[in-house]
Amino acid sequence: MAGVGEKPLTGRLKPGGEALDISEYEVYGGYKGLRKALRMDPSEIRKEVKEANLRGRGGAGFNTGLKWSFVPTGKDAPRPKYLIANADEMEPGTFKDRLLLERNPHLVIEGMIIASFAIEAETAFVFLRWEYTLAAKRMRKAIAEAYERGYLGRNILGSGLSIDIRVHVSAGRYICGEETALLNALEGRRAIPRSKPPFPQTSGLWGRPTVVNNVETLSNVPHIITGGAEWYRKLSRSGDGGTKLFGVSGRVKRPGLWELPMGTTAREILEEHAGGMADGFSFRCLMPGGASTEFICEDGLDVKMDFDSVQKAGSRLGTGTMIVLDHTVCPVAALHNLERFFAEESCGWCTPCREGLPWVARLLGAIEDGKGETEDIETLREHTGSLWMGKTYCALAPGAMEPLKSGLAVFREDFERHIREKGCPLKMERR
Amino acid sequence: MLSDEERREIEEETRHYGQKRGASVEALMCVQRRRGWVDDETLREVADMLGMSVDELDGVATFYNLIFRRPVGKNVILICNTISCMVMGYERILAHLEVRLGIRLGQTTADGLFTLLSVPCLGACDRSPVMMVGEKLYPGLTPELADEILREHGWRG
Ligand code: SF4
Repeated sequence: MAGVGEKPLTGRLKPGGEALDISEYEVYGGYKGLRKALRMDPSEIRKEVKEANLRGRGGAGFNTGLKWSFVPTGKDAPRPKYLIANADEMEPGTFKDRLLLERNPHLVIEGMIIASFAIEAETAFVFLRWEYTLAAKRMRKAIAEAYERGYLGRNILGSGLSIDIRVHVSAGRYICGEETALLNALEGRRAIPRSKPPFPQTSGLWGRPTVVNNVETLSNVPHIITGGAEWYRKLSRSGDGGTKLFGVSGRVKRPGLWELPMGTTAREILEEHAGGMADGFSFRCLMPGGASTEFICEDGLDVKMDFDSVQKAGSRLGTGTMIVLDHTVCPVAALHNLERFFAEESCGWCTPCREGLPWVARLLGAIEDGKGETEDIETLREHTGSLWMGKTYCALAPGAMEPLKSGLAVFREDFERHIREKGCPLKMERR
Repeated sequence: MLSDEERREIEEETRHYGQKRGASVEALMCVQRRRGWVDDETLREVADMLGMSVDELDGVATFYNLIFRRPVGKNVILICNTISCMVMGYERILAHLEVRLGIRLGQTTADGLFTLLSVPCLGACDRSPVMMVGEKLYPGLTPELADEILREHGWRG
C-alpha cells in the first residue's frame, strides 16, 4: 500500500478499531499488488517471495516462497489445488492474526489471491476459529466486496484467472492449527495430524496439492509484490525479511501489539513499546512467542527477535507474541497451567503424548500443591526426553516440552522449595 | 427431527466441499445454533445427510471443544484459563463466577440460564483476563465487571 512506509501490515489501520473497507483499502493502494501479480508469471511471484526471505509467521519460520515451490505447477499438475489461510490462532499468549482479520481483512484476502495465483490454485479457504466472531463477520463482508469488484470469482480483472475464497469456521481445538490436522478437519474428519511425507504441497486437502499459510504470512505477500524483495528485506534489522507483529501480555504498563522490524530486540519491545513492567511488579522471565517456547530471562533480553537469533539464544521466536511472568507468578503454577493446556489439547492419537502429557500435568499439580517428591523433578526431566522430537507423531508434545525443559533449569530452586517446604512459597508468603 | 430449514442450510453447506462430509462441523453447528446442543437423534439424521456413519460423525462432534453433546444453559460462558489470563488473575474471576452462579466449572445453573466452561486462549491476551458470553468478548475482567455481564444476561443475584 502506498505510504505505508515501515509498517506495511498495520500502517493504515483505523485508530477506532473498525475494518478498512474496500474503498479505503484501494485508496491506500490496495489490490495494486494483485494487479501487478496478474502481469507476472506464477514462477516469478514464487521467486520474489522466496528472495524476500518471508518466513512463516505461524511459528515454524519456513521460507514461504520455498514452501510454495514444492507445489506441482504447469499444465500437467493435478487439479484442483488449494490455498488455506490458517486463522485458527489458538497458541496461548498469541493474539496477532486477530488484528489483521478484524481490521485489515482485504490485505489478508489480497495475499490469499496472490498466493493462490502463485501456486495456481483456484479454491482457497480461511480456516477460522469459532471464537473470532468479529473476524468472521468482517472477513465475510470483505470477501463479498472483493467479489463485487471483480477481485474474486470468474475471470479476475479480465485475466482469465478464477479464484474462490470461502470461510470455514472451526469449533475449537488447538491441534487444528497443525497443518495436516487442519486438512483432516476441513475434510470433516477428526483433526488428528497426518504423517509426512507426503507433504500437503503434493497431497493435501482431498489428496490434492495444498498450501497452508498463516494469516500474517499471507498479509505480507501483496507488499512484497508491490515493493519488491529487496525493499521488503530492508524493512528488517536481521536476515529474515520484513516486519513482524510483536506483542506483549502480562503485567506490563502497556500490553499490546506492534508492527516492528524483524530483529527488534526483546528488551526494546518490552521496555519501549510495552512501557516496561507495571508499577509494583518486577520482571522474572518471558516466553518469546507463545506457550510452546522456552523461557528467556533478564540476561537474554538483548536477543534480536528473529527466527535464527532466538533459536541461537536457546528458545524459539514462535509467534513473536511474548508472555511476561512477573515476580508474583509462581513458575511451577505457570508450568502446570501450560502443561494442562497441552494435555487437554492433545489429539490423543499417539500414546506418548496422550499418556505422557497428563502425567506431566498431574506431577506439576502435585508439586504445586506441596505433595511433590524429590524424584518428581527427575521424572519430569525424563519426560522432556521421551516426548521430544521424533518420539511423538507431531510437534505438539515436543512443543509442550520446550517450556518444561527450560523451566526445570531456570526455576530449579522454585521446584526444590515447593518440595522441601511442602507448598508454594509465594502462597505461604501471601498468607 | 431436523427441520426443513436446517436441512436446507446443511445441504447448502455441503456444496462448498469436495465431499459432503467436509461440511460436518458446519452442519453440527447449524443444529447447535438453533437448539443449543446436538442430541443423538439429530446427530443420526445429520450423519445420514452427510453420508457418514453415526460413529464417525460423533467422533468429529466430540473432538471439538465447542460442539456440545449434552444440554447447555441459555448462555454459555467461556472463560480463558490459559497462561496470559492466569498471569493476570483469571482464577479470581472464575472463583467469583462460581460463587455467584452456585456452580463449578463445567456445570449449568439450576434455572438453565448459564453454563460455565473454560477455553484455551481467546486470542485477546493483551486485554486479559477475558471471557466470552455467547458470541461476545469481554476483556479486562474484574469481579465487578463480571457481575455486570451476568446481569446483562438475565442474572438476578
Ligand atoms: S503428539 Fe499429541 S497431538 Fe500430536 S499426534 Fe501425537 S497425540 Fe496427537
